[in-house]
Amino acid sequence: MSALIEFQGFNKFFGDQQVLKGIDLRVQSGEVVVILGPSGCGKSTLLRCLNGLEVAHSGSLRFAGNELLGKSTDWRQVRQDVGMVFQSYHLFPHMSVLDNLLLGPLKVQKREPREARAQAEKLLERVGLADKRDAFPRQLSGGQQQRIAIVRSLCMNPQVMLFDEVTAALDPEMVKEVLEVIQGLAREGMTLLIVTHEMAFARAVADRVVFMEAGRILEHNTPEEFFTNPQTARAQQFLEKFSFVSTLPKKTKELELI
Amino acid sequence: MTFDFAFILSTLPAFLKAVGVTLQVGLIAIATSLLVALINAALLVFRTPYLSRLVALYVELARNTPLLIQLFFVYFALPALGFNISGFWAAIITMTFLGGAYLTEVLRAGVEAVPLAQIESGKSIGLSDWQLLRHVILPQAGILSLPALFANFIFLLKETTVVSAVAVPEILYTTKSYIALYYKTYEMLAVLTLICVLLFLPLSLLLGRLERRLQHGQFGS
Amino acid sequence: MASSGLELLWVSLPQLGKGAAQTLSISFLSIAFSTLGGVLYGVLRTLNNQAINWGLRVYLELFRAIPVLVWLYLLFFGLPIFFGLSIPSFWCAVLVLSLWGASEVGEVVRGALHSLPRGQREAGLSIGLSGPQLYGYVLLPQALKRMTPPTINVYTRIIKTSSLAVLIGVVDVIKVGQQIIERTYESVLIYGVLFLFFFFICYPLSAASKVLERRWAQA
Repeated sequence: MSALIEFQGFNKFFGDQQVLKGIDLRVQSGEVVVILGPSGCGKSTLLRCLNGLEVAHSGSLRFAGNELLGKSTDWRQVRQDVGMVFQSYHLFPHMSVLDNLLLGPLKVQKREPREARAQAEKLLERVGLADKRDAFPRQLSGGQQQRIAIVRSLCMNPQVMLFDEVTAALDPEMVKEVLEVIQGLAREGMTLLIVTHEMAFARAVADRVVFMEAGRILEHNTPEEFFTNPQTARAQQFLEKFSFVSTLPKKTKELELI
Repeated sequence: MTFDFAFILSTLPAFLKAVGVTLQVGLIAIATSLLVALINAALLVFRTPYLSRLVALYVELARNTPLLIQLFFVYFALPALGFNISGFWAAIITMTFLGGAYLTEVLRAGVEAVPLAQIESGKSIGLSDWQLLRHVILPQAGILSLPALFANFIFLLKETTVVSAVAVPEILYTTKSYIALYYKTYEMLAVLTLICVLLFLPLSLLLGRLERRLQHGQFGS
Repeated sequence: MASSGLELLWVSLPQLGKGAAQTLSISFLSIAFSTLGGVLYGVLRTLNNQAINWGLRVYLELFRAIPVLVWLYLLFFGLPIFFGLSIPSFWCAVLVLSLWGASEVGEVVRGALHSLPRGQREAGLSIGLSGPQLYGYVLLPQALKRMTPPTINVYTRIIKTSSLAVLIGVVDVIKVGQQIIERTYESVLIYGVLFLFFFFICYPLSAASKVLERRWAQA
């Protein structure tokens, strides 16, 4: 079965600096792929190449069988099939929540207003924010805004959803509500590409983990394999940093040693 | 359509003189405006009750009326009240009136932009109002205002062309005179355009560079 | 003495009115064209197209380096010679003020668009909005609040600068005033009235601009 998304020998430069080096990656339909790696390794850039926010330089990127790295690519169409959620949510502050959700379906996809509205309200209900439909983004918490950002992308009926460190800017108590939504999408069989630092979440939701460093994919494996038995030294070092806190020795009282 | 280069060359001395007049009027206006603005800024900072309001009124009157009207008023109307005045001095007075108001606003904004924390630190080490103004407020307000000050200086220099309306022999007046005398419109307009570009474009680009340089140096911006 | 002054004003009102209509027409037209041109300029300059950007910058610097009065003379004397066109001074003034005004409004619009978070553009693109849709539904509405106070200030400057039209022969309110002065020698009164005429048009605008700026200040 041919993959839904296929990177082959994919390269990208920022000026003189090469930020993606010979990326080869295939994502099957329905797969949940989590991309991990240190800052600056190119994982966000990879995601952004998939919906055209970054322009690639060479190699091949195929989506649903179509080559995207050509002059004739209709990125507007691709962006309807590939939804993206950002770290800073970027809801449109001058519109109500409902208007945020309906902008794409009504103006881009030219759908029937009643149908679009019904879908938007159903999805809002699913993330538990049905009563916020007329609120404005500035009246909502970060976690609420991010959930709505996810719904905004879902309203376009995409085939793939990209998540770019979507919990990094949230207060810890709001992270759970957002991750639950993503888990729900995974369970429903949507194809997801997730860039995150939430290791436990990655372990729980991924079908496959991809580890990147300095623009290259160093290794990829099932989550269990990756987290218990990293193959490369760099991956081991990376994981160590995250386990530092949880493996700190507990503080023992002096008295008990006597 | 031929371009009479020889004629242009013959007019160059006159234009050089005209540039001199432009710079003369402009620079004097800048200096006097700055003086007026510094006095006004001090009045505003010290919050002297009646004078501050007077300054505010002055600023609004000067900034919301055209330079040309102010100029005509000084040049044509004042003689009716007994003062006889030359075009040159009418120009200086008017441009000081206008420039002083613009620069007052710039300095006021600069002073207000000095962080309150600075003033509080100054007071808490025992500085007097006057010392505070001289050592803490003015230096910082000065740097913050620099781009806006420079922009207004350029503005005043360019506005000197308006005083051609009262026969001050700056670049525009000279151009018009020569066109009226010799009908070499094409050539004279070309010279005028060239002078403007050579005189004002570098200043404008310099301003851009100044703005960029100062943005990098500002804390927390 | 005062009563004869007021009498004079009363009698001259129709004339002054016609002159004022000219002045205000020039101003309104220039303001309208400047706004349209300015928004176009601002949008075009944020498109990241090297050629367009460069061309617009040249246009901007030309109108910054050459004072408006010089532009008025350039077009008024130059157009007949260069292109054989002879346009009435009224339209010459509107043309110059519109081109200059558009560059000023344009820089305001550009600055406002530039100050929006980059993510807004990306979020808009990510749901498939086209260029015009992105600007129309997302970017310009948000830039509107930031653009308005400085743009009103540009309008005020256009109105004040329209006074220069008298120097290329437009029979505006200043010219009419001068004609009255020629007959009656009441220069203080007439120039005083003209002074107040401009003041009572421009001051409300600049006051409104300040009020809006305070009300819409960034949180």
